Amino acid sequence: MRTFVAGVIALLQGFLTTFSFFFKKKPTIAYPTIKKQHAPRFHGLHELRRYEDGKERCIGCELCAIACPANAITVIGAENAPDDRRSPGERYAARYEIDELRCIFCGLCEEACPTDAIVLTPRFEMSDYRRGSFVYAKDRLLVPPEAGVGRPPDERPNGIPADLGSVIEQKSTVDIETGYDATWRGGILKTDRKGLAG
Amino acid sequence: MDVLLLALIKSLFVLFVVVTTFAYAMLFERKIMAWMQLRPGPNRVGPWGLMQPAADAAKMLFKEDLTPNTADPLIYKLAPWISLATAMGVFAVIPFSESGGTLWGVGDVNAGILFIFALTSIGVYGISLAGWSSGSKFPLLGSVRATAQMISYELSMTMSVVGVLILAGTTSLAGIVHAQNSLWFVLPQFVGFAIYLTTAVAETNRAPFDLVEAETELVGGFHTEYSGLRFGLFFIAEYLNMIAVACVGTLLFFGGWNPLFGLTFIPGIIWFVLKAGAFIFMYIWLRTTLPRLRYDRLMNFGWKFLLPVATLNLMVTAAIVAVEH
Repeated sequence: MRTFVAGVIALLQGFLTTFSFFFKKKPTIAYPTIKKQHAPRFHGLHELRRYEDGKERCIGCELCAIACPANAITVIGAENAPDDRRSPGERYAARYEIDELRCIFCGLCEEACPTDAIVLTPRFEMSDYRRGSFVYAKDRLLVPPEAGVGRPPDERPNGIPADLGSVIEQKSTVDIETGYDATWRGGILKTDRKGLAG
Repeated sequence: MDVLLLALIKSLFVLFVVVTTFAYAMLFERKIMAWMQLRPGPNRVGPWGLMQPAADAAKMLFKEDLTPNTADPLIYKLAPWISLATAMGVFAVIPFSESGGTLWGVGDVNAGILFIFALTSIGVYGISLAGWSSGSKFPLLGSVRATAQMISYELSMTMSVVGVLILAGTTSLAGIVHAQNSLWFVLPQFVGFAIYLTTAVAETNRAPFDLVEAETELVGGFHTEYSGLRFGLFFIAEYLNMIAVACVGTLLFFGGWNPLFGLTFIPGIIWFVLKAGAFIFMYIWLRTTLPRLRYDRLMNFGWKFLLPVATLNLMVTAAIVAVEH
């Protein structure tokens, strides 16, 4: 009899638990429409920066490729032509490819770079349909000239933003001050797949 | 002829209402379960996921309808229809409300409760035959369990209802509701109600008594081999059974369309829907709360606990009614 009563009490406790959960706030974030703010130095998709005059920062030294623990980076440097200088130095990267499937997003390339050319942005939405599409060449890595020079990680909004962990609308991510534009590269990703697979 | 036509129109209307109710009962269940598990539940299709049933139906329709080579094709194809027909048939005798002495329902059978139990007993065939004819081991195990479980729980269920019948002195569902004008039978028949609640879960094969389709043990139980529309039929039948059990429970124990607290200005049908809805909520709540029982415990519980208690309850009720007269 005692075990019966104890059993009934346990049963009611169980019902009470589920019922109390019914009214609790749900932690789910409706991801595609609502996005979470990342830390400013989140390691995401790479970006090749430019100087103010539009020249590429990368000088094709291949230090990033050497530093890369995953062998994800391929750099083939070339001499700058005197009448068409791509970078201020002698050399520039004729080809610069990162296999984002091999990349472990450790940020060592960023540290190795003597000109702060390669940086990791907080962009993380890189899904695609083909493996070849994950080999990002210069056309997708280099900051488009009209998009400025690209921010180095240190110059992104300092510290952890006050709204870290809180939920923000996708629209507000466009605002440079609060973070980053998660869909900025969307158009390029969808249209110009010029990786190794072509 | 007119009578037949009227019955046909009534049946179509009731079917329409009941199937719509099924669609939203499913959404209701998914939402409530999600909220109890700290999830938002379906919310992509339409506002608050309200179009989810339509999306599900469309999905079901476009799935391939498979018949395994080893299956017995005739019975395999017939079984879902048995399940569905018996589940729908129950609604033919359920009175949903009453206005000016006219019952809101397809038919007023004077042995309504017996008709319902007869139909649900036939419903077992749908599940048993489905598993048997699939020609596959998991469905077979599922249907063996179904047969054993439903037969043994139906016994206690019927016993628990007989108490109500003794108190009401009639087997007509409308008569039973009228007998509860002053006092709902859930009070004098509390034990009977508890047994009805438990056995009804087993009867409709819902968690925690869903051993018939225990995913973790039997893949999908009796409907493992079914896909597409035929699976959908089983799905509809299962939910219709749940709704039917809720309706019958409301009629037998909660005074049907009788208002609560004398709030007579609210129409009876709304009271009925509210009470049946509370019943369904209870089942969903139960499903989120309790884990599935072990099969031998299920049988032990049914035969060694529920049946004796139901019998005792019946005998005590009969004795009290006999003394009072």
